[in-house]
Amino acid sequence: MSEFLISGGTVVDATGERRADVRVVDGTIAEVAEGLAPGPGGTVLDAEGAIVAPGLVDIQVHLREPGREDSETIESGARAAALGGCTAVVCMPNTTPAIDEASVVHSILERARSAGLCEVQPAGCITRGRAGVELAPIGELYDLGVRIFTDDGDCVADAGVMRRAFEYASALPGAVIAQHAEDPALVRGGHMHEGAWSARLGIAGRPATAESSIVARDLQLAALTGGRYHVLHLSCATSADLVRAGKATGIRVTAECTPQHLVLTDAACAGFDPTFKMNPPLREQADVDGLRAALADGTIDAIATDHAPHSPETKDVPFEEAPPGMLGVETALAVAHTTLVAEGIVTLGHLLGALSWRPAAIAGLDAAGPEGGGHGGPIAPGRPAHLCVFDPQRRWVVEGERLASRSRNTPWEGRELTGRVRHTLYRGIPTVRDEEATR
Amino acid sequence: MRHLLSIGDLGGRAGIEQMLDLTATFAEVMQREVPKVPALRGRTVVSLFYEDSTRTRLSFEAAAKRLSADTMNFSVATSSVSKGESLLDTIRTIEAMGVDAIVVRHRASGAPHRIAAWADAHVVNAGDGRHEHPTQALLDAYTLRVRRGPTLDGCRVAIVGDVRHSRVARSNVYALHALGCEVILVGPPTLMPESTDGWPVTVVHDLDEVLGSLDVVYLLRLQRERIAEALFPSIREYTSRWGLTPDRAARLHPDTLVMHPGPVNRGIEIAGAVVDSDRSLVTEQVANGVAVRMAVLWSLLGGGEFV
Repeated sequence: MSEFLISGGTVVDATGERRADVRVVDGTIAEVAEGLAPGPGGTVLDAEGAIVAPGLVDIQVHLREPGREDSETIESGARAAALGGCTAVVCMPNTTPAIDEASVVHSILERARSAGLCEVQPAGCITRGRAGVELAPIGELYDLGVRIFTDDGDCVADAGVMRRAFEYASALPGAVIAQHAEDPALVRGGHMHEGAWSARLGIAGRPATAESSIVARDLQLAALTGGRYHVLHLSCATSADLVRAGKATGIRVTAECTPQHLVLTDAACAGFDPTFKMNPPLREQADVDGLRAALADGTIDAIATDHAPHSPETKDVPFEEAPPGMLGVETALAVAHTTLVAEGIVTLGHLLGALSWRPAAIAGLDAAGPEGGGHGGPIAPGRPAHLCVFDPQRRWVVEGERLASRSRNTPWEGRELTGRVRHTLYRGIPTVRDEEATR
Repeated sequence: MRHLLSIGDLGGRAGIEQMLDLTATFAEVMQREVPKVPALRGRTVVSLFYEDSTRTRLSFEAAAKRLSADTMNFSVATSSVSKGESLLDTIRTIEAMGVDAIVVRHRASGAPHRIAAWADAHVVNAGDGRHEHPTQALLDAYTLRVRRGPTLDGCRVAIVGDVRHSRVARSNVYALHALGCEVILVGPPTLMPESTDGWPVTVVHDLDEVLGSLDVVYLLRLQRERIAEALFPSIREYTSRWGLTPDRAARLHPDTLVMHPGPVNRGIEIAGAVVDSDRSLVTEQVANGVAVRMAVLWSLLGGGEFV
């Protein structure tokens, strides 16, 4: 029998906030009440001054395995996720080979199980080889637990293919078609947001319209087919307005955005530092403001990081030659807390919803099941003990060298953040204890 | 100034004028019987050109030699780069040989900024992607100053053509504006920058509308590849609307000057007869390139006495 007592914290979940200790026995939450005493042989985890929340669920990370293990592995990425407070992640299918067949899903699940750091749910491709032409074996992948289908990295540009994907997946309860919304014809050759900065720097742009035009089209296709649509890393204010309007008319749409799109603008690219290159690109202040408003009013359901490790060898090159993407899974909560909560954009409870129970619901990771589902709370007796203990006062400075990722491409290098994950429990076992990974 | 990556590094009007004054001194040196000074003796300048260029590379090389610097030429086509060496490793290799300045041309905008972040040597941008070509803008401003007198205040300059893809235009907009010129960008909307927010310019699409009021017409080289990118329909249509044809040249004010960074597409953006006419500064632009680059290298490397 294993017992942990999380003592002295404030529990925050979808049901609200209360002072309570949490007793975890054999992977399951046993008691939630004030003034609990440790049982014989139990271990006390100090939560004094801290928030005890459901484990975070990052539904968009790139773990690079199989294919680019020099940049990240399932183990190193899962460790970074645990240090960021995650108990589950959804890994994107743009690996080599792509996640478009059962054997790749089996291999990822097996490696994630042996790492034991968090749950890893693979996302499956919409189209075979992410080529945008033929459907991937969506049903077969679904049977292995895949719920999010996307060609992320690339947009499904062909409206006919996208329509068929919506139709086909609509027969599978809980499956969702997720789009990297950037019309390839409008972003070809582009490396950053098209606007005043790209014009000044002489870098070909990726206009916001490339995203919003695809979002508008896909919303129409979702309406036509009754399919479930999820917009990955939504980046511009116009797209947020479209999603808001779509939700109002009853279209089954959800959306996520990244911490970097909620905080940084294209001005970060002024020094040609490739760390700040990503797709979709960092945009303008008006977009940041629009995304923040959309997060606050619930138009944007979730914050996901698009954690995209790239080894220094591939990333520290001229801006136009660098691959797009930034690290994020280890810093998401701290960054969002330092900016969005401190500036009064959202409450900590709302933020935790966007990082935990709402993305858990999008990916179907909330349902309790034999494979250790039940992510996102609530923190109540009988629920699986997937927990994140977060100290909102703790100040620390981000150093890429000290992150758990195999790569160093964090856009937050040198930033002082307020708030840090103290402990993470996955299936009732600490994967992070006193800010250190336990395995 | 540690590096010259963009016109902004010169620090505005005073810094640019100082560099132009220095250029005048070096232009005088070049008139001497022995056009060479020992100012950079013992210093090494390497040129690292990832893009083809004849005039700029030769011009920098001549400038370094006339300052008595040692020069090395890193030819990308025949080097380890063709074997897959990264830019960072190339820079480390060059620095290991002991160099004081790296003159770099690269197809990627901002590549000199990366090099400046890695290198101990001084970095001179000899043209990066569509971003900037600061020594070209300096030699253009110097050439104009020689012809028009010490001040360019109020000078109306139209930069005509493919501004969107032009590093020459970006550097010139900022240099000419800093020196008091009024800058007008002329060309089809598809060849104008995607945004000119914050640019000290007026944008005009009809060349004939401004033709008669200009002090300087600065033509940019047109690249045929832009047709395939659906940016304009044909050379014929471009020339008829934005080319400096003999007919348009006849409508210029008699004192209006014509400039072009070269190499010229005769008969496309500018008629051959106009290139060869008295109002053309094209040859002087090339001639002044060496003195400008002497001034830049001397300033960056903190050279000693040269008079």
